[in-house]
Amino acid sequence: MKKAKNLNFEQSYIVEGFSIAGPKEDKGNLTGLFDEVLDDDKCNECTFEKAEVAMFKKALYGVTNKAKLNVDDVDVVIGGDLLNQIVSASFAVRNLSPSFIGIYNACATFAESLLLGASLVNSRCYEKVMCISGSHFSTAERQYRYPLELGVLRSPVSQWTATGVGSTLLSSQGTPFNSRVTGGRFGRVVDYGTYDVNNMGAAMAPSAVDTLLNFFEMNGKSPKDYDAIYTGDLGLLGSGIFVDMLLKKGIDMEETRYNDCGGMLFSQKQMTLQGGSGAACSALVFNSLILNELKGNYRKVLLLGTGALMSPVTGFQGESIPCITHCVELSAGEPL
Amino acid sequence: MKEREDSVKEKGRDFNDVNMQNYKSYVFAVMPKSKHFKNIILAFVVGGLICVIGQLIIEFFVFLGVSRVDATGHASSCLIVIAAILTGLGVYDKIGRFAGAGSTIPITGFSNAVVAPAIEYRCEGLIYGVGTRMFFVAGPVIVNGVSIAIVVALVRWLFFLYC
Amino acid sequence: MVISLLKAFLVGGGICVIGQVLINLTHLTNGKILVIFLLLGCVLEGFGLYTPLIEFAGAGASVPISGFGCVLVNGAFDAAKNEGVVGLLSGGLAAAAGGVSVVILFGYIIALIFKPRTKTK
Repeated sequence: MKKAKNLNFEQSYIVEGFSIAGPKEDKGNLTGLFDEVLDDDKCNECTFEKAEVAMFKKALYGVTNKAKLNVDDVDVVIGGDLLNQIVSASFAVRNLSPSFIGIYNACATFAESLLLGASLVNSRCYEKVMCISGSHFSTAERQYRYPLELGVLRSPVSQWTATGVGSTLLSSQGTPFNSRVTGGRFGRVVDYGTYDVNNMGAAMAPSAVDTLLNFFEMNGKSPKDYDAIYTGDLGLLGSGIFVDMLLKKGIDMEETRYNDCGGMLFSQKQMTLQGGSGAACSALVFNSLILNELKGNYRKVLLLGTGALMSPVTGFQGESIPCITHCVELSAGEPL
Repeated sequence: MKEREDSVKEKGRDFNDVNMQNYKSYVFAVMPKSKHFKNIILAFVVGGLICVIGQLIIEFFVFLGVSRVDATGHASSCLIVIAAILTGLGVYDKIGRFAGAGSTIPITGFSNAVVAPAIEYRCEGLIYGVGTRMFFVAGPVIVNGVSIAIVVALVRWLFFLYC
Repeated sequence: MVISLLKAFLVGGGICVIGQVLINLTHLTNGKILVIFLLLGCVLEGFGLYTPLIEFAGAGASVPISGFGCVLVNGAFDAAKNEGVVGLLSGGLAAAAGGVSVVILFGYIIALIFKPRTKTK
């Protein structure tokens, strides 16, 4: 099978990142790392869908304010969410001046937007690109599972859709002190025949393995070349499978610091079972924890955004769950 | 996090290679199992208690002088109303989170299955929201129930007439 | 009365345990579990077995959704004996009409009063 090249970027600088999280997310393992925390995840709106749009708007203005810019300075916004027709992201930018690229790769949306954004600024097509992605527990639950008030026993392998939005501003202009997106790889769609819609981690793990193996094969590197590797939202079970599958292929993740955004977002006491999931998951962790670590602790980091590309309709029609993983390579700027 | 990785490695050690063919059995081997015992005990206790409340209501109606057959119907209606209100107050989903079948199978679970989507889709209006979505969880119960009941009753009736 | 409560508890709890074992083993969803138990009630009543269970356990057998199936079959069968085919078709829903109407009415009222709230657990 012919394999596509890895991507390499010379001048895709990360200007600033911003994260806005729901109340439950702030009570997890990453307490205090988020830029803004909602007291009420309905944002004083009458529906959860409107609340999600409001969150996107806050993240949109949040990141530009943090970078001391106006929204007008941004050339293009690349974003997506979990709702049908990606309404939250597109409604949030209506009547604003930046162009908009709406994308959907389920929970891998954030990694996809980072790679697309980095390509656009690296090629000098645009100067400033905003990558934004998020999800809301209550809207995703209604769309993919059951109404909120329905009493159901959650499957022990299920995950909890995170509430929040993360936004990152990329620029073709930067200083040596800025962290950079230095490369990456768009994944291919992989399906190992998992049918259980609750067991997302097991469905997505093979695709994460596939993308990481191809990435290492093409650039000749191994886990020990990175200070840390993060997967998007495989959850506890999925990341266990991910590590075990890699070990059986001869790659030992013990050589680096491996963590899963979904697995680390919530604490065990919060009864999220296998941890967090959703488009917000990797976006939140990237824009809080990972960007912080890049400002001192880590030099080179990999982020593997994982996504399960199913819909409720395909589930009822007896289809298995195809999954995708995009790999983003990040490197820290010169220490200040 | 680390514990789960070790547990997957431990349970998956019999698999030399994980590929598309054996992935299903591999996942089955490494995934955490339902807590059967705890789930079943909770279902028994909660389901039993809901029926006890039903029985108390029946005894109450019988005490008032209603026939036992009518009292049984009244009790079901009362439970439906109680469950509808608990659903509105956001209590029933918390019971269901633990009790599983214990809160699903009693008539209260049916009431919850109707009221929950009704509340949820209120935002889309009374006609296209509440009206069309109210039975999207419980509709199959009515549709299948009425159809199969007619077939079963027909068979029983034919036996009654000719046997 | 204590005996009748105890019977209701044991039989009602027992039916829920069967359902829970089914869920644990097969990961069936809510809707499917409800339908399966309703059909179970219909079929048992088809053999004339469910009414004796209700006479024995009271609410223990009438409150689970299988009791609803029993009402449907009984209603259709009794009406068929009196009115023939027309009764067969209309009797089931007529017998269950009270419960279904209460559900619809209260579903409507509750939807007007309450709003869905986020889960925290």
